[in-house]
Amino acid sequence: MAKVVGEVVIDIERCKACELCVQACPEQTLALGKQLNHKGYQYVVKINDNCTGCANCAIICPDAVITVYRKVYKTKQQVPA
Amino acid sequence: MAEENVDVLVENIVTPENLVYRKPTTLLDVDMHYCPGCGHSTVHKIFMEVVEEMGIQNDIIGVAPVGCAVFAYNYMDVDMQQAAHGRACAVATGIKRMLPDKYVFTYQGDGDLAAIGGNETLHAANRGENFLVIFINNAVYGMTSGQMAPTTLEGMVTTTSPYGRDPKVMGYPLKFGELIAPLPGVAYVTRQAVNNVQNVRRTKKALQRALEYQKMGLGFCLVEIVSNCPSNWKMTPLESNKYVQEVLIPYYPLGDIKVPEVKK
Repeated sequence: MAKVVGEVVIDIERCKACELCVQACPEQTLALGKQLNHKGYQYVVKINDNCTGCANCAIICPDAVITVYRKVYKTKQQVPA
Repeated sequence: MAEENVDVLVENIVTPENLVYRKPTTLLDVDMHYCPGCGHSTVHKIFMEVVEEMGIQNDIIGVAPVGCAVFAYNYMDVDMQQAAHGRACAVATGIKRMLPDKYVFTYQGDGDLAAIGGNETLHAANRGENFLVIFINNAVYGMTSGQMAPTTLEGMVTTTSPYGRDPKVMGYPLKFGELIAPLPGVAYVTRQAVNNVQNVRRTKKALQRALEYQKMGLGFCLVEIVSNCPSNWKMTPLESNKYVQEVLIPYYPLGDIKVPEVKK
C-alpha cells in the first residue's frame, strides 16, 4: 500500500497564532504551543506525525509561515529499511 | 507496521524535490503589519502566487489604496504606486493608458472603493478601463478602528452605528459587484471569499482568470473578496471566519456575477 508522509516547517517568528491552520488541518497535526515567539504569540507547533502534506494549513495561513513537504512511498519495498 | 513507521520518520523528507508548498518569492520576506488571521494577508499571498505562476513579476504594476492595505507595496515585490484615498482607479487608468502592455491592478478595501472612491470606480468601470480591481469587502473601515462602511450589513454594530445599522437613516448595504455588472465596459465580475481553504483556492483561480481576461483586453475586471476583520468585529480569527460564512456570505453570495464570452 502506498504511504504518504508529510512534513511542515513553521517559521515561528512570523507566526501570529491565529489558529486558522489548526482548524484547517484534517489530521489534527497542528496546535498552539506553550512557548512564545519574540512578538509574544503562542506559535503553532506540530504535535503528531499524521501529516500527509495536504498543504491546507499553508494555503489558509495568512502570513505564509508554513512550508510543506510530501513524499509518497509507492510500495513497501521503497520504504527505507 | 510500527517499525515501518519509525523508519519512515527517520528519513529526512525536507528536501527540495519533496516541496509541496512554500511562500511565493514575489512576496517580500518581511513581517506583515496585519492583525492575526486577517484576510488581507491571505489575498496578498495568493495574488503573489498567481503573479509568480504566470511569470509576470516584471510586467505588472499595482496601485495601493488608503486603508489597511496602504502598505501593500512593502509586501508585494512588484512595481507599485500609491494613490490618494479612493483614487486608485483614476491612477490605474493613467498607468494603463501610458503602458498598455503591462498588467495593471488596484487593491482596495470597501471604504476606499465603495465609499470615497465610489465615483472613480464606477466611472472607470463605465469607461471599460482594462485593468483588474481587487476589492476586499470586510464590511467596516478597518484601519480607522471599525466605522460603518457602505457595505456594513443591516443591524451590524460598528463604532459609528452603536445600535446597529438602521437602513432608514443610514441606507442599505451596497452590493458593488451587482451595481457595476450591467455596464457594457465591464468584462468580469466575481465575488469570492478567503474564509476557508476551498474558498481560498477558488479566489486564486478567479484572480488568475481576471489577469488572463486583462491580457485579452476584454475590459474592466472586478474580483470582490469577502473578508474578515477580527480586530474590529471584536472576535477571534476563527470566530470571524465563522461570521463570514454564516452572516456575510448569505448577504453577499459567492460566485461569478458576470463572465465574458471568450472566443477560443
